Amino acid sequence: MDKLKQPKIKIVNLSKVFGRAPKKMLQLVQQGMDKTELLTKHRHVLALDNINMELQEHSIEVIMGLSGSGKSTLIRHINRLIAPTVGEVLVDGENICGMSATQLRRFRQKKTAMVFQNFALLPHRTVIDNISFGLQVQGQSEARIKRSSHYWLERVGLTGYEKHYPAQLSGGMQQRVGLARALACDADILMMDEAFSALDPLIRSDMQNILLELQTELKKTIVFITHDLDEALKIGDRIAILNQGKLIQQGTADDILLHPADDYVRRFVADVNRTGVLRARSIMDVKIQSNPDFSNTVVVKEDDTVREVLHSMLSADSYNALVTNQNGKAVGRIDSEMLAAAVNN
Amino acid sequence: MSWSEFPSMSRTDLRSLRRSIDESFRDFTQEYGESLERFFDPLLEFLIFSERLLLSTPWPLMIAICAALAFLASRSWKIVLGVLVAFILIGYLGMWQDTMRTLSIITVCTMVAIAVGIPIGIAMARSNKLQALISPVLDVMQTMPSFVYLIPVVMLLGIGKVPGLIAVIIYALPPIVRLTNLGIRQVDPDVIEAADAFGCSSWQKLVNIQMPLALPSIFAGVNQTIMMSLSMVVIASMIGVKGLGQPVLKAITNQYFSMGLLNGFAIVAIAIIFDRVSQQYGRRIQLHRQGDHNG
Repeated sequence: MDKLKQPKIKIVNLSKVFGRAPKKMLQLVQQGMDKTELLTKHRHVLALDNINMELQEHSIEVIMGLSGSGKSTLIRHINRLIAPTVGEVLVDGENICGMSATQLRRFRQKKTAMVFQNFALLPHRTVIDNISFGLQVQGQSEARIKRSSHYWLERVGLTGYEKHYPAQLSGGMQQRVGLARALACDADILMMDEAFSALDPLIRSDMQNILLELQTELKKTIVFITHDLDEALKIGDRIAILNQGKLIQQGTADDILLHPADDYVRRFVADVNRTGVLRARSIMDVKIQSNPDFSNTVVVKEDDTVREVLHSMLSADSYNALVTNQNGKAVGRIDSEMLAAAVNN
Repeated sequence: MSWSEFPSMSRTDLRSLRRSIDESFRDFTQEYGESLERFFDPLLEFLIFSERLLLSTPWPLMIAICAALAFLASRSWKIVLGVLVAFILIGYLGMWQDTMRTLSIITVCTMVAIAVGIPIGIAMARSNKLQALISPVLDVMQTMPSFVYLIPVVMLLGIGKVPGLIAVIIYALPPIVRLTNLGIRQVDPDVIEAADAFGCSSWQKLVNIQMPLALPSIFAGVNQTIMMSLSMVVIASMIGVKGLGQPVLKAITNQYFSMGLLNGFAIVAIAIIFDRVSQQYGRRIQLHRQGDHNG
């Protein structure tokens, strides 16, 4: 990853306390009071505890955690649907907590678009009028609204449904409308708050594929909230794990599987089927023997998953694999013992 | 001192308290009565205009217009048939003119109630403080016996159409205010959050989301307002509002049973027509709520 690049979204020392006197209660937290004590003694909820986080441009950044971890609260700070108790949220270097009401409205119209868990479509408007909602709020011209909303209607595969009302559609179709409404805004940042969690598994998988396919072309900054680890591993370029309002770990899927930051993350990832997630690059030995024995060796790519490596080795009846990068240069090797260790870990 | 008797104010104190209130109100009446009357002049002109309009329209045209409106709103031939039968009977039984006068005042009253009530309801939905302030006022308006507020209205404005209209509106305004407030407050918070996330201004939110989604509730309010203003026509006739109320009043004082009954039924017929038409219309505008999952 390019370290010099400025992050699209930067969250600095952000804390959020819900209750009557959040600022005062935050001082107690800073003096060492924990979340449970704050709740039982003072009836204030510490939703987010000193979050520092950078989200990169053009990538899918997943924020995951179980219910009550603060993930939905965190995503709402990015467009200031919730204002922080302390801390800053910088988008393209600009602190959105300092914006006036009008600036904030412009920011929400132009820079961010959001997809919701419960779809939150406008029940009294047809599909096409739902999709055009964001553009209409922006004050675009009629022609532009019409062109754009029909384009996105088609892109999410709902051609023919433009005159239907949301209540007439299935959950999966409703969320396609939600996605089209967000994409039509042409905002840099797409915020998805458990967008696929209310859908049944097959439809959810479909929607994930639609999103990944669109992303290869659109290259937006997608902030994706989920409680489902498999979903996080499937679509996330990077994953941030939140627990009890604290950021525990942020990294790629391989990072999190191979180097869990603490017991919580370790327990969390224990049941994941690693073979479909881990890449050859992460488990290979970078020391290639100076005099390699090429007999009975298969060649795999560094981006192949462990499952693909296993498949290649089994079908060639081989015990060794040579890992190559995009340019075909050998960068490491994998043998059957390393493969077994990766699967069993 | 015995406990069975409440230690009340002395008679003289009470008398002087009442007198001072009465006198100050009388002074207020003398001071501002005329300018208040002038303030309501446009309303009076509007009332006279609408009454003349309804009375001078030829009866076949009038019936046709009513039937057409009923059809446009309800799309139901049964209701249209009901309208035709009711109006023909009313005319045949000699109540045409009074019915037109009542229709005229109900129409004006409903328009004023909508124009005043919906903005108040919207303001109330936006502020909990305002809601806490206005709610008890609405309670007073609805439960205070109408004769009590007829006294100051008549003292200020005399007898006639405008004071009658004001008395009717005081009684009929609360439901539309309450139901507008309720309708806006009941809009799904998820949808409101979505509107905020897309950067809606509060005006855009009101026009695009809150009002359309509150419409069924607001409509129920309009319906209630019409029903309540119809129930006030007899009382309003006591302070000089012409219409179906006056024959009823005459029937009460002279014990003309059949006269009271017929005019009473005319009021009921109008009420039923208004109610069915507006309910059907209300049902039609929320067709989108009926999910059809075969879609």
